[in-house]
Amino acid sequence: MTEINKENKEGIHLISVKGEIDAGSSILLDNAFKEAIENKEKRIATDLSGLEYISSAGLGVFISHLEEFSTNNAKLVLFGINESVKQVFEILGLEKLLLIVETEKDAINVFNE
Amino acid sequence: MPNKLKIRLVFFAALLFWALFAGSSIYLIFVKSYEIKENFSDLFPQLSFSLFVFFTFIYYRYAITRADLLNFTDLLWKVFITGLVTTLLSLGIQGFFALFANSSILEGPPLFNFFYNILVGLVIIYTISTLVVWKRLILYQKSKNLLRLWRFFEIAFGVALVFDLFGKHSGDYYFRVAMLVLALVSIVLVFNLKWIAYLNFRQKWKGILFILLSGIYLYHFHRSLSWFSATNTLVIDMLDRVFILGLFGFLFAYAIISILVTLFNLPTSSVFEQKLKEALDFQKLSQSVPRGETTDQIYETLIDSAISVVSANAAWLEIHGNDGKRQVIRNLSDEQTAIIKEKIDNKFIKDILDLKLRKNTNTSKLSSTIKHPTFRSIMALPILVRDIQAGYIVLLNEIPEAFNQEMVGIVTTFVNQASISLENLTLIRESLENERYKEQLKIAKTVQKSLLPTSLINNKHLIMEAFSMAADEVGGDYYDILEYEKNRFGLIIGDVSGKGTSAAFQMAQMKGIFHSLVREGASPEVFMRKANLALSKCLDKNSFITATYFNIDADRSKLSFSRAGHCPGLIHCTKNNTVNYLRSDGMGLGILRNSSYDKYVNKTEIDYGDGDTILLYTDGITEAKNKNGEQFGDERLKISFERHCNKKPKLIRAGIKNDLSEFIEGLEIDDDYTLVIVRFKNNTDD
Repeated sequence: MTEINKENKEGIHLISVKGEIDAGSSILLDNAFKEAIENKEKRIATDLSGLEYISSAGLGVFISHLEEFSTNNAKLVLFGINESVKQVFEILGLEKLLLIVETEKDAINVFNE
Repeated sequence: MPNKLKIRLVFFAALLFWALFAGSSIYLIFVKSYEIKENFSDLFPQLSFSLFVFFTFIYYRYAITRADLLNFTDLLWKVFITGLVTTLLSLGIQGFFALFANSSILEGPPLFNFFYNILVGLVIIYTISTLVVWKRLILYQKSKNLLRLWRFFEIAFGVALVFDLFGKHSGDYYFRVAMLVLALVSIVLVFNLKWIAYLNFRQKWKGILFILLSGIYLYHFHRSLSWFSATNTLVIDMLDRVFILGLFGFLFAYAIISILVTLFNLPTSSVFEQKLKEALDFQKLSQSVPRGETTDQIYETLIDSAISVVSANAAWLEIHGNDGKRQVIRNLSDEQTAIIKEKIDNKFIKDILDLKLRKNTNTSKLSSTIKHPTFRSIMALPILVRDIQAGYIVLLNEIPEAFNQEMVGIVTTFVNQASISLENLTLIRESLENERYKEQLKIAKTVQKSLLPTSLINNKHLIMEAFSMAADEVGGDYYDILEYEKNRFGLIIGDVSGKGTSAAFQMAQMKGIFHSLVREGASPEVFMRKANLALSKCLDKNSFITATYFNIDADRSKLSFSRAGHCPGLIHCTKNNTVNYLRSDGMGLGILRNSSYDKYVNKTEIDYGDGDTILLYTDGITEAKNKNGEQFGDERLKISFERHCNKKPKLIRAGIKNDLSEFIEGLEIDDDYTLVIVRFKNNTDD
């Protein structure tokens, strides 16, 4: 089952994803990002430590919001990605466009820099 | 035997036996008065009479049962007409006697008895036909017991006919017993009057009139028969017979009870009519879907039935659907509905009109009073479709407190039925749309299949094998090869994100791009940059395409490629028998939709040897899962390729497919998956 939680932590909008993101559940992730954009969140961190699998539709969600984040001056940081999911990001070349760090601490540090 | 012939035969038999009865009774007078020593039994006229009765009964059974479609008033009309004709004839006889009262013609029993016999014939015709009609009325809603009782009743009359052969008189003990039996059965039967309930107000009045007249006929016949009896010159006095007395008694009793019950039912008949109308309206609503009616027709039926069932003066219905607001109004203008809406101060009804209904509807709160110059009572009911309030119906009445709980209940059932009809309509529409979607998918699949190359290159430079399987009927996997110059080939493998129809169309665009760019002789980097530019303009926002494009120069045994986010292929080198990934940096097409993409494009060039093989695939292979949720993965694919790479390309394909299906153990792969194998051969001859 896919679970997406949103919380505000020290001024950072944290979206945590658990389970699998496929064509069906990608809509949930898409909604979470859309909401963040609507709320004009500038510091967005996404916890992917619970993400087991992501399909191309799920990757499409990240891709579709890349431009909006940059035009809105919002920063998106991903952390806690497991090896197999990371590999999917890497093969597609997404790791060059997304800010990916190891831990939540690292992510907070990115915003505090 | 045809029915018509049967009826005629029975009719003639009845006529014949009446003639025998009349003839023999007059003959008996002569036998007695002239003391003719003849062996002629008293029994004969009575027997003829019994048979006459029997055949008359059979005749009317046929004649009246045949007219099955007759309604109650038509049946009573029949009784009335038969009675009228027979009565007029009997009056004719009486007139004849009155005319020749002092004449000598009438002296002497023979003629007297002859007229009496005619009268008896008329009486039997009338009483028997009435009996058969009464029977149909009594048995209108029959139970097994009632049917049994009626059969017993008929048999009892048959027995009475036989009993009469013995010539017992009214003072006799057995005579009384027989009369008692008939009377008891009659009393039970007389109270079966269910048919009356089905008459409407007008029909009831008609019924009373006809039955009253039939009673008067009976009375008249009885009087005529008594008049003859009083003269004491009769051979057979019919009023001294169990059969005739029993029959008269029964017919008369039923007529009286029917009239009384119909009279008492008159005031309530409007209620019954109303109920019947409700049932019919309800049926109309429930049948509206199978008849293929539209939602508008359902609304119209609902509002009209609701108005008629509660006698409302005005009403309107409002439905908010996907395609906007729909209003049906009766006896009101648009402005008036707005005014009425404002006048409502009942919060519950207000909520219904604002479509803010909470789940529990309390029927007692659905009707209320209203402060309005014309309308004093209001009833509002929500219309729920799939548990969501889609609209409401409002009924208005000029009388204060005009709507009672029962009315609310009835309209509720109407609304519920309409809701079901509406839901069914939606379901039908959805399933039709589904059907259309499937049809489109079929077309897309045909298109998609035609996009993949039908023949692969298989010459002295290259041997190619490929296999592609689409999930969800239409896939987004694409591979192709083209010899754009002599011994120079362009090879592509690609995967459109997503599945289904849109993926297939994006794949078609990819094919167009491939064919135009390959013919230009574009290098892999140029290919990717131009492809990205072209796709940026036509791909959906959240779609992208991964691909690897190869240039194969067979003359120089060189392979150059650019990888755009596609899973890296494998190469087997025969020289040192190793399998390696064709690694290279790159980014999927359509991820960056401007020139900034260009800097992420790389080109890798390698030399290949004779017999070297490359294996290309899409992520459907590596992401195929087994029962435990494990993916087939890069490592297993590499091991599998290592195991089969020295075989012929066809066998490599078969071997890897086999390893994959062993791994997933019969599970379905829910993604498109593609395998492409290319083996290089060095032919330096030309």
